[in-house]
Amino acid sequence: MIQNYFKQYTSAATLAFYRLAFGLMMLLSLIRFASYGWIKKFYITPEFHFTYYGFEWVKPIGNYTYVLFLICGIAALFVAIGYKYKWAILTFFLSFTYIELMDKTTYLNHYYFITIISFILLFLPANCYFSIDAYKNEKLRFEKVPAWNIDILKLLLALVYFYAGLAKLNSDWLIEAMPLKIWLPNNSNLPLIGPLLNQNWVHYAFSWTGAIYDLIIVFLLLYKRTRLFGFILVVVFHILTKILFPIGVFPYVMIISTLIFFDASFHKKVLNFIARIFASSIILFENGKEKVPNFNTSYQIKIVFISCFVTFQLLFPFRYLCYPNELFWTEEGFRFSWRVMLMEKAGYATFTVKDATTHEEVRINNSHFLTAFQEKQMAFQPDFILEYAHHLHNYYQQQGVNDPEVYVESYVALNGRLSQKYIDSKINLAKENESFKHKTWILPFNDEIKGF
Amino acid sequence: MKKKLFIFFSVVSTIVACSSSDNSGDTTSGSNYDRKVLLTNWSENIIIPSYTNYQAKLKVLATNSATFNATPSEANLLTLRTSWLEAYKAYQYVAIYSFGKSEEINLKESANTYPTNAAGIDSNISAGGYNLTLLSQFDKQGFPALDYLINGLGTTNTSIISFYSTNANATKYQKYLTDVITRLQSSADTVLADWNSGYKATYIANSGTSVSSSVNITTNNFVKNLEKNVRSGKIGIPAGVFSTGVKFPEKVEAFYKNDVSRELLETAIKASQDFFNGKHFSSTTTGEGLKSYLDYVNAMRSGEKLSTIINNQFSAILTATATLNASFSNQINSDNTKMLAAYDVLQQNVVYIKLDMMQALNITIDYVDGDGD
Repeated sequence: MIQNYFKQYTSAATLAFYRLAFGLMMLLSLIRFASYGWIKKFYITPEFHFTYYGFEWVKPIGNYTYVLFLICGIAALFVAIGYKYKWAILTFFLSFTYIELMDKTTYLNHYYFITIISFILLFLPANCYFSIDAYKNEKLRFEKVPAWNIDILKLLLALVYFYAGLAKLNSDWLIEAMPLKIWLPNNSNLPLIGPLLNQNWVHYAFSWTGAIYDLIIVFLLLYKRTRLFGFILVVVFHILTKILFPIGVFPYVMIISTLIFFDASFHKKVLNFIARIFASSIILFENGKEKVPNFNTSYQIKIVFISCFVTFQLLFPFRYLCYPNELFWTEEGFRFSWRVMLMEKAGYATFTVKDATTHEEVRINNSHFLTAFQEKQMAFQPDFILEYAHHLHNYYQQQGVNDPEVYVESYVALNGRLSQKYIDSKINLAKENESFKHKTWILPFNDEIKGF
Repeated sequence: MKKKLFIFFSVVSTIVACSSSDNSGDTTSGSNYDRKVLLTNWSENIIIPSYTNYQAKLKVLATNSATFNATPSEANLLTLRTSWLEAYKAYQYVAIYSFGKSEEINLKESANTYPTNAAGIDSNISAGGYNLTLLSQFDKQGFPALDYLINGLGTTNTSIISFYSTNANATKYQKYLTDVITRLQSSADTVLADWNSGYKATYIANSGTSVSSSVNITTNNFVKNLEKNVRSGKIGIPAGVFSTGVKFPEKVEAFYKNDVSRELLETAIKASQDFFNGKHFSSTTTGEGLKSYLDYVNAMRSGEKLSTIINNQFSAILTATATLNASFSNQINSDNTKMLAAYDVLQQNVVYIKLDMMQALNITIDYVDGDGD
């Protein structure tokens, strides 16, 4: 049966459509990012950057960071038009991932989503249809591709929704309507729906609808009879989140991405419309050829590798089960798990650096080292607090302080709970190291959030 | 059907291209809570009356210092001290509103930088030709300088009076006393005049939710005052919280008078609590304030109103400070643990206000706590 599955073929127009849409969206997102001055604000101005464990070497490269964004943008354009596709998508994947890893302050789930999608696109013949490559080279031109080429993209998209839905099945979201109870009233000056956003029942309605939406939307999109209804839901849902929350381009990326669930005839129409603008047609690509893969060893390795990757994607979001204490509190296993918009969390952290010999203390003015955005993110995430403490240690060691000890007095408030002390203030953080192990110096949560 | 979808797709693509929102999460719009009413109550019933009262108390102080200069008697010195303390207490109410004109002319720094620079004051007096409006002169003027001039020049009243009567430089001492008070007055006059001549309207009109909106600025200054001036300045620094237990009993507020540091602290805490509750100045009436704003957004924490939690903590602070010696220098020297206990209770409310309240009201902290700024 599995053998049969890998011998099924589907229209390459769908893959080409997705390649084009993805490339264009990435290009526009990068232009938007640059136009807001965020390259400078997030990557050039800050003197210090929060890195990912294991990727400490990935740092902004001064003014060359602009070049990096430029390369990434050009690669996105080349992906869109399908020009030197293999190199373009590889360049895009590498440059985008590098940008994403430069500073975890700006971590967003949808950046991770883009990394994953571009990684998978590396393995797909997305330039075999409606691309410059295939236009110029007849040998690359195919009307049909293996069905799994499309299905894997659908699967990864499905994963985002379904896991985001699972993550909402917790007592804070469903029983307390948190954090929407805090966030929605901030929008009560909106026309029409504004006044409703102060109503408690509306908070619950949004919470429950949001969870159900995330869990079932993929199934609605999969079946032809419910597909259009599902897509309308997608648009309404994402436009609403766009209005209510400052979440950038993510809603649009998701709306456009879900178009992949439509029939190939739709994608052909879109592509043909675009082709006509250039006085061309997609007929050229409708050559009846199937991109029949060579079932040789390298293809089999590729299939096994991609299967492992998908398995990893399925399991990785559950790694939080390996850690004790509340996930929302410790955030051990929180990132890269499609946990979106789940927490209203803020912190307050005051650092003290102490000379081990003279016992002299300095109270740290965080703004001397961090931007306002970095400080805000640092104050409620233990790995940020630790990395910053080490930075302070190194800085003051250079300043001549003997074996600087770093202590933090920090408080965190989560989802409408009163703030609590967060980090053990008696622990010298300079002596603690980042690892995948549980951080024992995070104080207990003193409450329980049930569910996923 | 397909055609419609296609149009839809085009529209969505257009929106993508034209989208203009932030993804860093710092911009949020405000609730439909009427911030203008809040700002009106703050300005008309709290801030302006506080400055008016401060101005009046300074006027009494000026009159009494003139009387003392004319007739340097012990009775006149005692009257001068009383009016100094009254003005100092009135100052605690305006210290919260260190923005606008007050910030521009450094009212706070010139009125209450302590410990004061006694040697600097002495040399100013003997040399003359000083300019109190210079930034370098903050620690040679204001209430702490007056404290030195009327409480600290000698150990007895007689010896203090002698500086203004029999001392060879008596006229210079008299002039410095007058100059310091005049400077306090002119600062207060400038700020109050600004509020009364149009700033109030600007202030109320700026009712948005951005970092530079009036509610943000005022709330930030309220928190900053509580954290830096009240918590750190009045208790933390002298009790050695920031110096590994090395105590500084000489860094208390009003060190030379010495037995009023608790009174000044309690006044400052009451001023903060009154502002939090939107209580009209010198009245029992309350209007819109941070408390009612929190209640409006229904800020509940652990089953209790956040506003109640904060008010309870204010009560706990006053309970803790009531056990302290009227002189913090004495308290620090005799039993500093009580000072540290009071610090902790106050610190807890700083956390409730700076973290929980700001989070509930969606107001961004735009200042930083730290040394030397």
